[in-house]
Amino acid sequence: MSVLQLAALAAVTVSGTAVALVRDPLRQAIVAGVFGVALALLFFVYQAPDVALSAIVVATVAVPLMVVLTLGRLREEESEGEDEG
Amino acid sequence: MSRRARTVLALAALGALAGLLTWAVTGLPGSGHPPGPNARRVPLLLARERHVANAVNGVTYDLRAADSLGEELILFAAALGAAVLLRTRGRRRSAGAGEHSAATSGALRAFGAALVAPLIVLGSYLVAHGQLTPGGGFQGGVVLAAVVLLVYAAGQQARLRRMKAQPAADVVEAAGAAAFALVGLGGIVFVGALLANFLSYGSLGALLSGGTVPLLSVVTGVEVTGGVALIMLEFMVGEW
Repeated sequence: MSVLQLAALAAVTVSGTAVALVRDPLRQAIVAGVFGVALALLFFVYQAPDVALSAIVVATVAVPLMVVLTLGRLREEESEGEDEG
Repeated sequence: MSRRARTVLALAALGALAGLLTWAVTGLPGSGHPPGPNARRVPLLLARERHVANAVNGVTYDLRAADSLGEELILFAAALGAAVLLRTRGRRRSAGAGEHSAATSGALRAFGAALVAPLIVLGSYLVAHGQLTPGGGFQGGVVLAAVVLLVYAAGQQARLRRMKAQPAADVVEAAGAAAFALVGLGGIVFVGALLANFLSYGSLGALLSGGTVPLLSVVTGVEVTGGVALIMLEFMVGEW
């Protein structure tokens, strides 16, 4: 196992644990994006560029984005509920 | 159950899981060697008989194209579901809500605007070269859809509305899904099997090689761009 592979595995382990330890959903979405980058690097180091590209678009763009958008939408509706009540 | 008992149970379960995982992983063959039989056969088969250089997309858009058709329809249904749910809920919002985004910094506006063109080029490249290099319709489509996100991040929400970005995403998504299904039907009409190749294979490594593989990559790109953009627009712009 090369140094690059070990480094990528370590990055995935650390960032994956960080996602589980962060409690605030908004911060968690951002940390999950970092985890996605680590995952993409891991796939790239293991010579799977197609999967790495998928990991970049899904784990670093699509998933955190959906979480952030949903949180934003929920907050909007909550503040609207307060205005009405 | 007391906190202590739960901790003991959790630690025991995690320990057992860690043991099983370690056992399983140590039994795996080393990465890359020796390659399994299909790792040798499939790229050769695709390069010789289908003239596809990128074996991954050769599998997804030729050998296993029916599976990709199903995935297309899953994304189509997911975007449709998100749009239906959010449009019913969106009615409660006041007409002017979200017309002007809250103060967007100059740096963010400049950054967003500057990235739009390079991202369109990158996304189009990924979509068009699916049969040659890593990437393809799905990855390129998400990159292209991210352009909508940049426009939004640059504080141009009102412009997205004026451009009628949402109705456009509706049409693009539906057109992409329909085109994939039509290419599949083309296989039935011209060759006799669903999604069978009915175009010339071209020469290996050329932009137009691989028969229907680049065509399916492009229509997937169109469908994914529309689908992901539609989901984002439904969340960000709301009622248009």
